[in-house]
Amino acid sequence: MPLEIYLNVAIGGVLTGLVYGLMALGLSVIFGVVRVVNFAHGEMMTIAMYIAVTLFSAFHLDPLVMLVPIAAVLFVFGYALQKALINPFITRPEHSQFLLLVAVAIIMVNVLLILFGPDAQNVQTSYSYDSFQIGPVIVDATKAYAGLAAIVVAVMLFAFFQYTHIGTAIRACADSYTGALVVGLDVKHLYALTFGLGAACVGAAGVMLVLIVDVTPPLGPAYTLLAFVIVITGGLGSMPGALIGGVLIGLTEAMAGLLFTPSAKSMFAFGILVLVLLFRPQGIMGKRSAS
Amino acid sequence: MKRKSHSSAAGVSRRTFTAGLGAAGFVAGTAPFNIVRAQGGPLKVGVLLPRSGYQAGIGQDCQRGVDVTAGLLKDLGLPELQFMNADTETNVDVARSRAEKLIGEGAQVLMGAFDSGQSTAIAQVAEQKGIPYVINIAAAPPITEQGYKFVFRNFPTAPMILRDAFLNQKEIFAAAGSAPKSAVFLHVNDTFGTAMSKAIPGVMPKFEMPYKILETISYDPAARDLSVEISKAKATGAEAVILVSRLNDAILLTREMVKQRWSPMAILSMGPGWYEDQYLKTLGKLSDGPLSFVPWYDPNKPLSKKLEDALAKAHPGVNLNTNHVYTFEALLVAADAYKRAGSADPKALADAIRATNITNNVSPGPGIQFDAKGQNDKLLGSAIQNRGGKLVTVAPKVAANAKVELPMKPYDKRS
Repeated sequence: MPLEIYLNVAIGGVLTGLVYGLMALGLSVIFGVVRVVNFAHGEMMTIAMYIAVTLFSAFHLDPLVMLVPIAAVLFVFGYALQKALINPFITRPEHSQFLLLVAVAIIMVNVLLILFGPDAQNVQTSYSYDSFQIGPVIVDATKAYAGLAAIVVAVMLFAFFQYTHIGTAIRACADSYTGALVVGLDVKHLYALTFGLGAACVGAAGVMLVLIVDVTPPLGPAYTLLAFVIVITGGLGSMPGALIGGVLIGLTEAMAGLLFTPSAKSMFAFGILVLVLLFRPQGIMGKRSAS
Repeated sequence: MKRKSHSSAAGVSRRTFTAGLGAAGFVAGTAPFNIVRAQGGPLKVGVLLPRSGYQAGIGQDCQRGVDVTAGLLKDLGLPELQFMNADTETNVDVARSRAEKLIGEGAQVLMGAFDSGQSTAIAQVAEQKGIPYVINIAAAPPITEQGYKFVFRNFPTAPMILRDAFLNQKEIFAAAGSAPKSAVFLHVNDTFGTAMSKAIPGVMPKFEMPYKILETISYDPAARDLSVEISKAKATGAEAVILVSRLNDAILLTREMVKQRWSPMAILSMGPGWYEDQYLKTLGKLSDGPLSFVPWYDPNKPLSKKLEDALAKAHPGVNLNTNHVYTFEALLVAADAYKRAGSADPKALADAIRATNITNNVSPGPGIQFDAKGQNDKLLGSAIQNRGGKLVTVAPKVAANAKVELPMKPYDKRS
């Protein structure tokens, strides 16, 4: 098989993996700070995808142009969800949180089914069928835009947590819930902000993903599972780990499809997960817990 | 006096007794008719289709075939059907449980379910419960190889589809004066795709096809990204692509071929997807060119015209296709059998279906008849090509209404 085929597939896998990584980043941020596992993560992404599809079909608004407004809508949604529904569950047992978010996910899927029906929907932008030819290598334009946008959003998020006061306060909450309370931080507000940021991340990922895949209401659970695979591989709670995990899973799926059989792509992604759990349970970038 | 009075009260004279006997005889004689009338309401048909999940588009297209049935059956003088709709959710286990539920709710016949895996599950339930099941679309051969007494299929099996596909391909290549020398085979890894994949090595050598299959690539029908599959197929250098796919993946595969700048000489589909309205509408000019070798309809049959008109009235702008035709014919079989059986008794209905001989039908071939296994083995396949958002029949010659365009116009040469 010619070398350019390997390169084409590898580049495609990395670009798709970057979008996966951004999606998983949202999950990792939420868990890292709020310590709640968002089982409605994929469904929240599906909501963002439907917003993008609706805006495109009604007003021909390009999803990449609408990335920031849609991420903002998801931020508000995430903030409200945390403030109104999840905050009371913060101190409750984990199984209560799990059931709450699974219920939220099921409600989301069914509301989307009622609103949009079961048909697959997509956006057909002017660059939907474009590709860049660099020598013998052909790069899918939509994947390239989505991958680049994922890098930009991830860098902005890192900068926010590293260099802003609110980011520092959120990290303080992540380090010690009690300590944050003692120094007078409004922890519940900061938790809601964090959940909003995680939702904005997954919203941005959804907007980019709608350029690559068609959206249907039942799409959410598959992506929730994928996000879990990525964050566990990368390291639960680690932001760079989520991105690295996303790229690793995207690349593994692509190369496994090329070298073995495409129908076994997911099997290899789960194979990576099993290996990580066996030999580095804290994930590639995760820290081993003190206990 | 007392005796007389008693006798009078009883009033059972010979004349009265004879009249009573006559009345009793009349009641007894008409009783069976009363029972028949009681059962003579609409036949309750459980319609099982994938209305959600990744096959939702096709399931809903099949539903259009259900929608136009009532008026046509009335015109044909056949009894009314009462539809009990169920969604299989593109899931074998759900299909099984929905079939059980429909029977529990009083369905007298089952119809569906587009997909071989789901149809296999429904067939098991129907046979177990003793309720006739007429398959609209499903090609996996084992369904009618189990010795079932209540399962009937008016749709070709995978080997039948392949046989007709290869015959029609040879006819097309001869008419076009060119033929691909190599091909890559892409197929979904579900029950239908796997059945077709297994059947090809056995069937193809008999037809001495001009091309060799360089590689076989299977993929998940629910896959969201098929770029790797197309990269792999392109790398084989094959001149043609042979496909067994579904709707969503057909759209994804076409997009990837355009993005990866690969225009094969011919796209030869042996399954659904490539001729569906959603495919034509979604891809516009990019949908032109693929050839589908599928169970289709005979445009020259009178009932085909009526079905086309009924569909155009109910769903303007929708092209008549396999989904509508075979769904309608499955219901036609049920209504015809109900009329001949004169009752909704499951065994009587199954016997009537087995004795079906409908010549006024839509699908190509002599008509609808079932062999001892419950299979209509006389169906013929057609070759159709997408042209300007419409579908034309290019083979077999007897049912063709256009000449084939081969090689396919490259994607980058379309404005």
